[in-house]
Amino acid sequence: MTTDAPTAIVLRGGRLVDPRAGRDEVADVRIADGRISAVGVDVDRAGAQVLDVDGAVVTPGLVDLHAHLREPGYEHKETIATGSRAAAVGGYTAVAAMANTMPVADHAAIVHEIRDLASAAGLCEVFPVGAITKGLAGESLAEIGEMVEAGVRVFSDDGNPVPTARLLRNALTYAKAFGVEVVIADHAEDPSLVEGGQMHEGLASASLGLAGRPAEAEEIAVARDLAVTRMTGGRLHLCHLSTARSVELVRRAKDEGVRVTAEVTPHHLVFTDDDLRTYDTNLKMNPPVRSADDRDALRAGLVDGAIDAVATDHAPHAVEEKESEFDRSPPGTIGLETALAVIVTELVAPGAFDLSTAIVRLSCAPAQILGAHDHGGPVEPGRPAHLAVFDPGATWSVEPPFASRARNSAFIGRELRGRVIHTFLAGRATVSEGKATG
Amino acid sequence: MNRHLLSMLDVDADDITRILDTAESFREVGSRVIKKVPALRGRTVVNLFYENSTRTRISFELAAKRLSADVINFTTSGSSVSKGESLKDTALTLQAMGADAVVIRHSSSGAPLHLTRWVHGHVLNAGDGTHEHPTQALLDLYTMREKLGRLDGLRVAIVGDVLHSRVARSLSFGLVTMGAEVTLVGPPTLIPPDASAWGVDVSYDIDGVVPKLDVCYMLRVQTERQRLEYFPSVREYARLFGLTDRRVEMLPEGALIMHPGPMNRGVEIGSDVADLPQSVIEDQVTNGIAIRMALLYLLLGGTGGEEAP
Repeated sequence: MTTDAPTAIVLRGGRLVDPRAGRDEVADVRIADGRISAVGVDVDRAGAQVLDVDGAVVTPGLVDLHAHLREPGYEHKETIATGSRAAAVGGYTAVAAMANTMPVADHAAIVHEIRDLASAAGLCEVFPVGAITKGLAGESLAEIGEMVEAGVRVFSDDGNPVPTARLLRNALTYAKAFGVEVVIADHAEDPSLVEGGQMHEGLASASLGLAGRPAEAEEIAVARDLAVTRMTGGRLHLCHLSTARSVELVRRAKDEGVRVTAEVTPHHLVFTDDDLRTYDTNLKMNPPVRSADDRDALRAGLVDGAIDAVATDHAPHAVEEKESEFDRSPPGTIGLETALAVIVTELVAPGAFDLSTAIVRLSCAPAQILGAHDHGGPVEPGRPAHLAVFDPGATWSVEPPFASRARNSAFIGRELRGRVIHTFLAGRATVSEGKATG
Repeated sequence: MNRHLLSMLDVDADDITRILDTAESFREVGSRVIKKVPALRGRTVVNLFYENSTRTRISFELAAKRLSADVINFTTSGSSVSKGESLKDTALTLQAMGADAVVIRHSSSGAPLHLTRWVHGHVLNAGDGTHEHPTQALLDLYTMREKLGRLDGLRVAIVGDVLHSRVARSLSFGLVTMGAEVTLVGPPTLIPPDASAWGVDVSYDIDGVVPKLDVCYMLRVQTERQRLEYFPSVREYARLFGLTDRRVEMLPEGALIMHPGPMNRGVEIGSDVADLPQSVIEDQVTNGIAIRMALLYLLLGGTGGEEAP
């Protein structure tokens, strides 16, 4: 973080949506010395820079549970600095960085390096996710204890499913040792059913001649993971749910008291396998976008809370990697800059849920899962000033260039509603008037 | 017609009839002493083949040459492609050289569609991955119409590894467009689960299907599929799904036996079956040249008032 002492700032006249404090009302927010110093009607403006945010929404900064920042090792796709900038532009103040870097984040030294790079960039707080297994190889446990001491709270071999129930059992059980909540996050997919698969298995894959990844591959793994979590009493998080039956399995497990949380990506809430008829590699995902019924069930799950959080699975790739043939293209889309607007456009504007619920899914819940307790609100005096300010009615068209180094966005060409105006990280503007400051 | 031919879903019944009629008029050229017309003089056709397919490449090459086009064969071995050049950069190179049409064969489904983003010329799909092979379907439709006089109402079985067959996809789409009744036959593991949505029937019982057919179309079995547990053995496949002598006898009088080649004799087709009078496999090859002439002619628009002969 920068050492510049931020001057006092008053955000005047905005609609403060702060679910943790139970607030959704017009209120001023005063920031001083990196912290919230006052909240309410007509707060003291003396000596402060006043930003008129009348008509805009002020919320806790968004928190992403699932981003690939690619550094170290794949800096041609993204760096921690460019990924942090993309996060800030999207209203994020905290991002979990997945472990599939090179070298893999499977030991404390890499965790410290990632945090140092993020601090130097100063645009977003980065929470490294530790690998569950050494080298993501799915064989032996990584040194989870050492990484927990280094502050890691979420572990995942994301990209690779935890291959066996036994290994998952050991990870969930071992993670109970540390006196803090440690979350094991799985990319749930049965590898034997998805080998070579390029997209959701269905009519579209049959017609397009692309090998399928059936929905059941995920559902089998979700069912297994839930059973093992019940057995161990461990704490499981399921990455990027993509099928209707997965949502139902999670909903039922939660009813039974299984300690599980789940996330969904913006792209799984929007696209279906039919959209792949253009062989657009920006729509190639892992897990794949699925049927309209699956998409609708994911939306319903996000609304009723079966799914806890929206996570971007921000997956930057170089232009030439995505311009290759469909079966040779790496999966994934960037998502940090568009997630909030996608949720506003697709769920809030049509009335599926209110803005407060949207902020729970985009900020409060993921902050809690990540152990990012300074983030996600409440916006109260004394708390670090991690805030996002956005215009919920502003429409814009998604077009490159992006703040991210990459431009593989599935949303290119779409009209979205909701645009970030300011983002504050510890009271300092990382985005001002829609532009990244660093 | 569309600017490109990428999929049989891109052409309607009128387009197909026009293509077959045009091919009809070109077929006579192949029986002349001088097998050439000047329709595409001065135009450049590039054959861009990322997969070895001597048969298809030669067919396209002959078709373009009989129309007096300049033909360039761009194969992957020994070229910049084998040095790691991307499809996009290869396409931009061809574009810079002024290719009027690019015929592409590629192991990746969708590669021809990607190519259309980078070249201004017409793109003809000569087979992409497990997606489509529309010129094969058109020559098959031509052969059926030629031998049986119609397509509407024809009862056609496509037998074999439909899941991995680009020929089966294109031919199914084309036959359904023309009003034929299509039955896909094969081991259930090799029929896509949602195939019936293509407007076709699905059967796993070849003996129940064969006696009602006008055309029995056999697909090549890729014996390496066996390793992926799709079927237990080549022997069992041949016994359950091969067109054996016994099954040929069950075919109605006048029914055709077809195969896109190359054949595995003794596997999907009995050793001597391909040589029977009902078999029109060689006609398919001959008609392939006329169909490809027709497509190049129609897509490139035979400039300067040159008419089809």
